[in-house]
Amino acid sequence: MANLKDLKNRIKSVKSTQKITSAMKMVAAAKLRRAQENAEQARPYSSRMSAMIASLAAKADTSSAPQLLVGNGKNDNHLLVVVSADRGLCGGFNGGIIRSTRRQVLDLQAQGKTVRLLMVGRKATDALKREFSDIFVETLENVQGTSVQFSDADMISQRIQAMLEAGEIDTCSIVFNKFVSAIAQDVTFTSLVPAEIDNAEETEESEGAIAPNEYEPDENAVLSDLLPRALTTQIYASILESSASELAARMTAMDNATRNAGDLIDRLTMEYNRSRQAAITTELIEIISGAEAL
Amino acid sequence: MADTTAFELVTPARIMISRDAGMVVAPGVEGLFGVLPRHAPLISTLQRGVVEVHDNGQVTDRIMVDGGIADVAEDRCTILVERAEKLDADNKAAVEAQLKTAEESGQENDIDFLKAVLAEMAA
Repeated sequence: MANLKDLKNRIKSVKSTQKITSAMKMVAAAKLRRAQENAEQARPYSSRMSAMIASLAAKADTSSAPQLLVGNGKNDNHLLVVVSADRGLCGGFNGGIIRSTRRQVLDLQAQGKTVRLLMVGRKATDALKREFSDIFVETLENVQGTSVQFSDADMISQRIQAMLEAGEIDTCSIVFNKFVSAIAQDVTFTSLVPAEIDNAEETEESEGAIAPNEYEPDENAVLSDLLPRALTTQIYASILESSASELAARMTAMDNATRNAGDLIDRLTMEYNRSRQAAITTELIEIISGAEAL
Repeated sequence: MADTTAFELVTPARIMISRDAGMVVAPGVEGLFGVLPRHAPLISTLQRGVVEVHDNGQVTDRIMVDGGIADVAEDRCTILVERAEKLDADNKAAVEAQLKTAEESGQENDIDFLKAVLAEMAA
């Protein structure tokens, strides 16, 4: 019967799909461990950095503070750095980023503000190209994965600083998937310019932050050297978090896919056996009734 | 108070060194400065140069850094840098490999720094 052969082929193809998804799941799981380690090892740097900035910012008088710290008082021109993945098959990871970006952009535009986008990662770029390609500043690919380079973050950071200096933008924020756990990632908006200084939990643990009383060369010079570095660090940390989230999301998605494929195989196998049984029964009836007719 | 300083050298990728040291000499923008225990609290920007860690009057570690920030308190000295390489013979092959990949991808800053590291190693 043709139907039996169809079913058999179907089962075979689902089985090979299942093999692929379970392999992808294992690859993602192995990479996730590395990415998570990377993200964790980057944490001391950024937490110490923000502790230093917090103690400096408390001292600096806001009138002369660099623009990176306090902004320039306006918020008409906004730059949004969007961090998504280069590859798909990772559940709601990219969808979440794309949806929140679109909402944010439309929101800001409705308030009469100019929005520009700096895209990191291919997936969100592709999805938003049709709607927003006229406000793209730059699109970057291949900066993510298991080996996130600090120099890539540096490049983005310098681009932002150049735009700030040229007065093209007033404020800047970054949107990325924050790694909460292997099964939960949160789409997070963080303001880069003006800098957010509220990492209370992180500053607390470095309790040795007795306000330093000497600066070399002087407070403002230190601050203006520190802030670009902090900006870069924040971008770097965001990309690391996003990479870890991507792998976690892919792992979960592929785990589900593998399980679904298993269920599908069970169902198809049952159907296959039933129709095989039905075919045999029909054949038997035909033979018996043929014999009886004689 | 102990007569050592808790020295930490942190790069974005990892905590490179974390141990107690007798004295740390760092290349501040206004010249080299040494950090001994009970140093006055200080925050200084660094320029490209060599950080030296001394123990019992001997140099035990030399690390090339590319700018950065030093945060000194009475009992600790934390150095935050984006790029740092240890200056010992074991690390030479690794630096040369990095230089090669940097040259392939054309990252001028990296090339510059890594060449300086190799020059310092040769010296």
